[in-house]
Amino acid sequence: MSTVATHTIEDTEDPELLGRVVTEEKVELVGLVAEYESVDDILKAAGAVRRAGFLRWDVHSPFPIHGIDYAMGIRPTILPWLVLVGGLTGTATAIWMQWYCNAYDYKFLISGKPVWSFPANIPIIFELTVLFSALTTVFGMLGLNKLPQLYNPLFKSERFRRATSDRFFVVIDASDPKFNEEQTTQLLLSAGATAVERVED
Amino acid sequence: MSQIAAGNIEIDNTSDDPRERQPLVLRGRDFTSVTNAVSDIAERKTTMAWKVAFAVAVSFLGILGACIGYLFTTGVGVWGNNQPVSWGFPIVNFVFWVGIGHAGTLISAILFLFRQNWRTGINRFAEAMTIFAVICAATFPGIHVGRPWLAYWLFPIPNQMDMWPQFRSPLLWDVFAVGTYATVSVLFWYVGMIPDLATLRDRATGKIKQIMYGIFSVGWTGSCRHWHRYEKAYLLLAALATPLVLSVHSVVSFDFATAQIPGWHTTIFPPYFVAGAIYGGFAMVLNLAIPAREFFGLKDIISRRHIENCAKIMLATGMIVAYSYSTEFFTAWYSGNLFERFGFYNRAFGWYAWSTYIMLFCNAIAPLILWSKKARTNMLIVFIVALFANVGMWFERFVIIITSLSRDFLPSSWWLFKPTIIDLATLAGSFGLFFTLFLLFCRYLPVVAMAEVKSIMPSAHAHPEQHDELSGDEFRTDYRPDEHFRPKEKDGH
Repeated sequence: MSTVATHTIEDTEDPELLGRVVTEEKVELVGLVAEYESVDDILKAAGAVRRAGFLRWDVHSPFPIHGIDYAMGIRPTILPWLVLVGGLTGTATAIWMQWYCNAYDYKFLISGKPVWSFPANIPIIFELTVLFSALTTVFGMLGLNKLPQLYNPLFKSERFRRATSDRFFVVIDASDPKFNEEQTTQLLLSAGATAVERVED
Repeated sequence: MSQIAAGNIEIDNTSDDPRERQPLVLRGRDFTSVTNAVSDIAERKTTMAWKVAFAVAVSFLGILGACIGYLFTTGVGVWGNNQPVSWGFPIVNFVFWVGIGHAGTLISAILFLFRQNWRTGINRFAEAMTIFAVICAATFPGIHVGRPWLAYWLFPIPNQMDMWPQFRSPLLWDVFAVGTYATVSVLFWYVGMIPDLATLRDRATGKIKQIMYGIFSVGWTGSCRHWHRYEKAYLLLAALATPLVLSVHSVVSFDFATAQIPGWHTTIFPPYFVAGAIYGGFAMVLNLAIPAREFFGLKDIISRRHIENCAKIMLATGMIVAYSYSTEFFTAWYSGNLFERFGFYNRAFGWYAWSTYIMLFCNAIAPLILWSKKARTNMLIVFIVALFANVGMWFERFVIIITSLSRDFLPSSWWLFKPTIIDLATLAGSFGLFFTLFLLFCRYLPVVAMAEVKSIMPSAHAHPEQHDELSGDEFRTDYRPDEHFRPKEKDGH
């Protein structure tokens, strides 16, 4: 993390300065937030930031933007493969459970039905496949997105609140190897930002 | 606030002229004003109308609670259930409510896969309605035997008797079908709501609201890296829920179709039940949407076109239902089976014939008016037809269950079913449960999927011609991001 305007007690021997610095909270620059007004603007900006070689950055928008994945260079998620595994687990669970309960552990003859007959087991196999897949989809998506994450320095920015309503934002992390506060600010502004704000934590 | 002049104006966007694409969000609303219009419903002061409606709904919920309490302390004798009509009202109500619960997931899943953009205006509260209907439905099998402390017998839980449920029974398939459907519907609803809950969180002024919306929006920031996985997850859920919607009422119909009772033992049941469920579900969507768009001022977002489209689906599924009725009667006659023939003769002329005629009128005759575009675009007519459909679908289940059970093979085992006042009060009370939940939803949650509505607005789409000089290849359809994107090592900057 590149630190800005952060002083520690070790930096100084001056008692006057010391007293002032200690009461100050340790503030770090987390990144820069740039606001854009339209989908066209944010797509241009995303392309510009990606071509500038940034790696730790993101675009925030109130709805999924068509074409932003390409503009940002987002690679396809592995989620579908997780769901496939989840679904197959559901299938296997249902087959095993019905076999174990009715054909192995507690054989029970009713209406002359065979204790182990696949056609009668199909509905529950289907249902559990869907159930396990759906649970994998949702929790896989949240997990890959590292959610829930209830604390986020971005929430401190009043401006950023519009990211869930009607504005589009580029956020560049200060830990990005290419990050340089002045140059990055310039880049964001030249890409059409209406405002660039520092986010501190 | 929004720059749209106040007023809830009805605009006709139902033209089918292919030369002009009709907008789905009217009066030039932009992203800001969509946010405002929808969030305002959850943010403004509680209105008197809501309080009155809520008081009424809670009173009915109280009736349901009292009826269930009376049932548990006294026994199933408080109902009209008897032998042979042991299923009685509770199963009629169960099938009715499960059927209602089909529209929400149909709108969110099947119409999503078919790229029906108009679904975005109504999907949120249709999904909510689905969940509340499934909750009402789940109540009835739970209380039907009058011994709720044995409800765990439904599930494969290791127990002191060392017994397992019987997986070859359609009744157990039902447990899994409805359980899965309820779970997936809740997931679908909740996942869809996360971005909108984040919107409410970011607009919230009070501490409690900030914390509550904050927790339930799981820290959503609208990150496009998140959106990417989110959209994939939503697509997968839609793909999973599509066969699920069709399977639930199919499995419910197996409860009947695999039995041998005349009038039940037919192969037409799964598609017939699914069509009926979608018909009844859309009727309930319309019964809720038409007043809601009026009271909440959402006519720009739930436009006339949305209502007309729902009416078209009702018409189509209503016609499938009508066709199924005639097929049933024809097959009963054509089969030459004595018991089938008598079963359907009994439906048309027996003790419960009046219920058959209510059913036929409400489900086969009343929706015919929707062939007329004038009727489809008249909110009052659509509302009334939808009311008929709801009544008709309840009676359809009444006809199937009560008439068939009361007149099976042996005249010596015939008996009539007469509902008691507790039966009727429980049915009324289940509406109380439904509307209590629905009103709470309308008060505190985003009733329209804001993020989805925004994504179908014209301003949500980029103009590729503007991007030639800057981002060139991004707009080629064969563009492969991975070929260009190579993460570089940190160079100690």
